[in-house]
Amino acid sequence: MKITLDADKCCAAGQCVLIAPEVFDQRDEDGVVVLLDAAPPAAQHDAVREAAAICPATVIEVHA
Amino acid sequence: MSPTTPMSEMSEMTMFTAPAPLPVEPPSGCPFDPPAAFAALRTTQPISKISLPDGSWAWLVTRYADIRTILGDTRFSSDTTVHGYPLSGMTGGPSTRNRGFIRMDPPEHTRLRRMVTREFMVKRVEALRPEIQRITEELCDAMERAEGRTQGGVDLVQALALPVPSLVISLLLGVPYEDHDLFQGLTGTLLSRTVPDDEREAARAELRDYLDRLVTAKEADPGDDILGRLIVEQQRTGELTLPQALNSVRAEGTPIDVAAFAALLLIAGHETTANMISLSALTLMRDPATAEKLRQEPALIRGAVEELLRFHSIIRNGPRRAATADVEVDGHLIRAGEGVVVAVPSGNRDESVFADADRLDVCRPNAQHHVAFGYGIHQCLGQALARVELQVVLGTLLRRFPAMRPAVPVEEIPFRTDMSIYGCHALPVTW
Ligand code: HEM
Repeated sequence: MKITLDADKCCAAGQCVLIAPEVFDQRDEDGVVVLLDAAPPAAQHDAVREAAAICPATVIEVHA
Repeated sequence: MSPTTPMSEMSEMTMFTAPAPLPVEPPSGCPFDPPAAFAALRTTQPISKISLPDGSWAWLVTRYADIRTILGDTRFSSDTTVHGYPLSGMTGGPSTRNRGFIRMDPPEHTRLRRMVTREFMVKRVEALRPEIQRITEELCDAMERAEGRTQGGVDLVQALALPVPSLVISLLLGVPYEDHDLFQGLTGTLLSRTVPDDEREAARAELRDYLDRLVTAKEADPGDDILGRLIVEQQRTGELTLPQALNSVRAEGTPIDVAAFAALLLIAGHETTANMISLSALTLMRDPATAEKLRQEPALIRGAVEELLRFHSIIRNGPRRAATADVEVDGHLIRAGEGVVVAVPSGNRDESVFADADRLDVCRPNAQHHVAFGYGIHQCLGQALARVELQVVLGTLLRRFPAMRPAVPVEEIPFRTDMSIYGCHALPVTW
């Protein structure tokens, strides 16, 4: 799995951090999403897909 | 209308009969369920016309997928001054003065929201958890001492549900404690659907005056709080000025801009969280098996809060938008200049997303897919805070008051069918 972000669209709702805290964080200045692990291990895949599905601004793209 | 009504007949009917108003009454005897009309609309007419109190009409959107499509598309504007915005029946009223960013579109919305996003990000809010716990324990201590318990019950709304969010947001904004009663009174008036317009406008003016004075005081002495930081980092640097058109009433850079932030943050997080607290507490009192499960496994509270947000969907009068272009949604054409009212409670009971949607299941795997906080770029800024407040308060009630129960029969609890935010006006409890 490979993750890319379109962080310009991020509205800092923080849902991805709640769902997959090992993969996503928020930057201190403005809460915009930061990727901690662009190619997370299999154990994280479900959470990452869930975060992508819930993200209100469709910022997270998951590539197989 | 039956699902078999032919299209031609349907359009004639919509031409000659005024559409029904937005459904607000829960089915009789089921105060926790959304209006029954939604389920039928989702299958027969997922995008239908409703009439608004002033005689105008808007589209009512009831399916989960369509709700996400519309709230996720910025061609549907949040700006109440845009042609066709369905203002009628909204408690926010038509006031265009010093709107908060909740009523703006990009690029202004993006710029202003980002000035405060860090204040509500997950790690900042997690750091507040001990303070929120302390506030909650103190209010519970006071409840234990209250005499009302044996004399008709203690009102959980006044004793806990309203004070928690009020104390927390006041702490974050830097509002003095003595002013809380004033706030609770004014925000209650502002959000009522039944208060006459002139009374609501008077309350709005009073709140604005109060916030102006507060911001003026903070300009002289900005504290370590959200308003203080807005003054130092945004207002003094000139960032916090709006294009003249948006700020025509007062000159650029006056304290009113910070006051508009304050008003939005105060109002948006107060009665919302309070009503989620009281409705959820009541739900758990009436469902002892679930309450016991949560007492045994406190880690389940996070998922339980998501499910309670989905189940109760307290936002009952919107969000609303105005189409700024012709947009086809699910095969249905919405034209530029037409208004849209989104039915959050309906989307959150959509069976195509939530299996057995009318059942409360605190272990529901996809509960967090709910749209109780909206969707798209306006999705609730305070959601991390609301979640922690709910987790702390409900967890504490379960632990400290395992025998808490309503002090009156459920039929006697006054539910807020007259308000934009559903909940109960009062909730007498005993234990
Ligand atoms: C359970 C409690 C809450 C619920 C159900 C709730 C619900 C919502 C919803 C549905 C929206 C979207 C409005 C729209 O799309 O037009 C929203 C926006 C907003 N909420 Fe909340 N809210 C809650 C608590 C809070 C709290 C605690 C705060 C913090 C102070 C807050 C601050 C805001 C703000 C500032 C916005 C505007 C965001 C924007 O336009 O970008 N809310 N809320």
